[in-house]
Amino acid sequence: MSVQLEVQLIAVVVAVACALPGVFLVLRGMAMMSDAISHTVLLGIVLAFFLVGDLDSPLLIVGAALMGVLTVTLVELLNQTQLVKQDAAIGLVFPALFSVAVILISRFARGVHLDVDAVLLGELAFAPFDRVQFWGLDVPIALAVMGGILVLNGLFIGLFYKELKLATFDPALAAALGFSPVLLHYGLMTLVSVTAVGAFDAVGSVLVVALMITPPATAYLLTNRLSHMLGLSAVIGAGSALAGYWLARLLDANIAGSMATMTGAIFLVTFLLAPERGIVAILRRRQRQRWEFAQAALTIHLLHHEDSPQADEECRVDHLGEHLRWQRPFADEVVRLARRHGLVTQDNGRLYLTDKGRQTVQDAIVR
Amino acid sequence: MELLNSLLFDYTLRTVALGAATLGIVSGALGSFAVLRRQSLLGDAMSHAALPGVVIAFMLTGSKTPVILLVGAAVAGWLGALLMNGVVRNTRIKEDSALGIILSVFFGFGLMLLTFLQRNPDARQAGLNSFLFGQAATLLISDVIPMAILGTIVLLLVLIFWKEFKLLSFDRDFAASLGYPVAWLDVVLTSLLVLAIVVGLQAVGVVLMSAMVVAPAAAARQWTDRLGVMVFLAALFGAIAGVGGAMISSLGSGLSTGPVVVLVVSGIVLLSLLFAPNRGLVWNWVRQQRDRRKLRLQSVLTNMYYLAEQHDDMAHPHAVTVLQAMNFGQGGVRRSLHVLRERGLVQESSSGFWALTAEGVEEARQLIDSRRAGKGGDR
Amino acid sequence: MTERRFAIEVEDLTLAYQDKPVLWDIDLHVPEGILMAIVGPNGAGKTTLIKTILGLLKPAAGRITIYGKPFVAQRKLVAYVPQRGSVDWDFPTNVLDVVMMGRYGRLGWVKWPGREDRELAMEALRKVGMANFAHRQISQLSGGQQQRTFLARALVQDAQIYFMDEPFQGVDATTERAIIQLLKELRAAGKTVVVVHHDLQTVSEYFDWVTLLNVRRIASGPVSQVFTEENLRLTYGGKVAFLSKTAVSQSTPDTLQPASSGG
Repeated sequence: MSVQLEVQLIAVVVAVACALPGVFLVLRGMAMMSDAISHTVLLGIVLAFFLVGDLDSPLLIVGAALMGVLTVTLVELLNQTQLVKQDAAIGLVFPALFSVAVILISRFARGVHLDVDAVLLGELAFAPFDRVQFWGLDVPIALAVMGGILVLNGLFIGLFYKELKLATFDPALAAALGFSPVLLHYGLMTLVSVTAVGAFDAVGSVLVVALMITPPATAYLLTNRLSHMLGLSAVIGAGSALAGYWLARLLDANIAGSMATMTGAIFLVTFLLAPERGIVAILRRRQRQRWEFAQAALTIHLLHHEDSPQADEECRVDHLGEHLRWQRPFADEVVRLARRHGLVTQDNGRLYLTDKGRQTVQDAIVR
Repeated sequence: MELLNSLLFDYTLRTVALGAATLGIVSGALGSFAVLRRQSLLGDAMSHAALPGVVIAFMLTGSKTPVILLVGAAVAGWLGALLMNGVVRNTRIKEDSALGIILSVFFGFGLMLLTFLQRNPDARQAGLNSFLFGQAATLLISDVIPMAILGTIVLLLVLIFWKEFKLLSFDRDFAASLGYPVAWLDVVLTSLLVLAIVVGLQAVGVVLMSAMVVAPAAAARQWTDRLGVMVFLAALFGAIAGVGGAMISSLGSGLSTGPVVVLVVSGIVLLSLLFAPNRGLVWNWVRQQRDRRKLRLQSVLTNMYYLAEQHDDMAHPHAVTVLQAMNFGQGGVRRSLHVLRERGLVQESSSGFWALTAEGVEEARQLIDSRRAGKGGDR
Repeated sequence: MTERRFAIEVEDLTLAYQDKPVLWDIDLHVPEGILMAIVGPNGAGKTTLIKTILGLLKPAAGRITIYGKPFVAQRKLVAYVPQRGSVDWDFPTNVLDVVMMGRYGRLGWVKWPGREDRELAMEALRKVGMANFAHRQISQLSGGQQQRTFLARALVQDAQIYFMDEPFQGVDATTERAIIQLLKELRAAGKTVVVVHHDLQTVSEYFDWVTLLNVRRIASGPVSQVFTEENLRLTYGGKVAFLSKTAVSQSTPDTLQPASSGG
């Protein structure tokens, strides 16, 4: 397998592995926790490194995962004191832990291949050069690690799909049924931590956030179903990874940055053009509904006033401008449409509801 | 003493401390509003979002003058905030996701541009270090002066629109009903926060700027219940952290100013959370213990009264074990009895047997009466 | 129907959130000097209606006037008590400060409140029985005290018309009595009070005018005339089970089930 192909493969695996747990972060309103965790895992790595003295030890990932869970716990403890709000709690915890890590590295780990820039930024292009023998196959370490994490994420979500779904949309019911939302929550946060550690080697901790949050948020604009959202997020993540890789090659720029840029570009396009929830769709629907709405408003107005003493005055076309704040041409157009749809009849400038019109009103106001 | 000496006379350290203090004051003050409006993480997102602005400003002008780069940073941060608002208003995506998207995508885009510009895809060689962690140690007086001017303008604006910002932060709907253009006030306040962040970026960098927005304000909130005092204290804490951090990092080798400043300010937060009067956790705990002890004393006293009522003699002694049974699960009955004896309310008639004194009877009766009255007054 | 002046006139008001209509063609004529309840089921648009009258939401169609002029011109005649839960009570400020916010509308831009505003605020606090709490931090207030604080803030607005969103929500009985007493005093002074209310049992006792709302205006008028079982059925659909017998004028007891608390 060529180096180029391997880089692309790693990029795709990282993107998909990030997108899966990201779906739940987005749905649970905890997206910024990924930002916090992806920074604090550094402290976990540093501490674990001091403990084992080996930068390649798998224990570093364990340390990082523990630190991720600790971060979540600290944020929640701080939140429970009610002295600070949740958002402030996140903003307090992770810079502090991260600063400790940075200082530890600069004081005690100089010369070790553990520098902070690498953690924040990562470098995907070099990933294929660190290799490992795996079942007789010669693969890049990054691919093996992220492949493992991807499988882990897939397994966790596959096994606990029903529980996660319930705990996400109705935590109270989940607890009542005996699924501990707390346990699932921490399970999920452990996954996020492990994924963040694995991924930041390749793309850096800031851009882990892009891969975890942006594809699921994009998918959220496209579907209502959790299973579809998971699938779409994975596809969008993988697409961004490939597109980002080629963009980076084209520009001779950083791959991770380009991948993040592509997730953003796909999000932007979706934000504008999504079939139902995109801006264009909303504007178009508003335009169309403006007329339907106006016709309904007209019929309701007529219904309200047809029996009142002022009916003759209220139900005239010339009167609509005054009472519904309609310009005359607009009012005429609405009346024309309403007559064409058989909702009203007109007699000498006085409007009457038809039976069909009356039925439409009932439908409109009974919800 | 030596440290103070160098702070006063060492040109570099003085400049750094001055810059860090400016940053602390401005971000502390503006951060107070951000924290109260539950926008603590906006600072984090906007500081990251500033990167493409810096790069594009450089691409357009070819200049590395701080002022030009700062303008670029401010424009990008401001655009990020605006976009975030647009996403939250028009879609089902919640604020936290929108923050995450803006933060990471803007930053990634900036990184891509920067590496493209340098024709070197390795991000680690992109010279981002100073953007990420600030370069407080190399601040020049010519950097600090624009910071100070910008900071002063920001603070003046906060002062001028104090009443409006306060109302906006506390009760937006009410402000709107009074006729204040709340949407515009929102934009102005957010823009001021962007400026505060831009002022700080140069010194502590992106990653830690968010702490300078949140931490001084969160600490200050614990010490006071007045917005004015909170903003003042937040500015003060910010300044202390700035100067303290700069000094500490000048001592140790290899300590970047940014992380040290953040640790100092985090320390201030921790102390505030624990020891601030009224709200502090330690005081809370002490108060709880005191209340519990007082309740136990009262309960022992009234129990003795009820027991005595069953005899004709109010001074009839009762066994400790009986009292312990009545206060089941609360413990500390013996200790309570000793405390009550010191106050002359009970006496030990024989070993293990205790009786109310005349004062004790009176006290218990009052307690029971007031408790009954209290219950009646609830409804 | 009378010679009285109308404090509020709403004509053909329609409002939609996104694409969904929330208020349909509302007509409302509120005479001066009455105490009016707006009742209706959850999601009926009660809060939306008063927010729209206050210019906080933009209607799709319709016209709103306060004493014959558009709201913008009459802003100073109107006071507003939002729902208690709409603000963060942990905000670092005290009771007096919150009450003084009621003066901000008259102060205008940039000017700071002065001694006179402070005295007015203290007077309002005395009226709601909160004078002793003036310097208390707002997070240390009970629900009833929070509501009284909001009420005092509306009082210092010195308005002709008062809009209140669920002022009895989660307050103790004493506060509820105190508030209703205050509202009656306002009415006696010729002010108009509009209250979003959800306890149907107290409507007849507290108010003299009522508007029944469920997306449309079902009925609006004196309680004795429009607070009927028929209208309530129209407003709440079939779900009138929680009405007490006494709450409804001209009710036929057999059709109604035992009362339960409306709170």
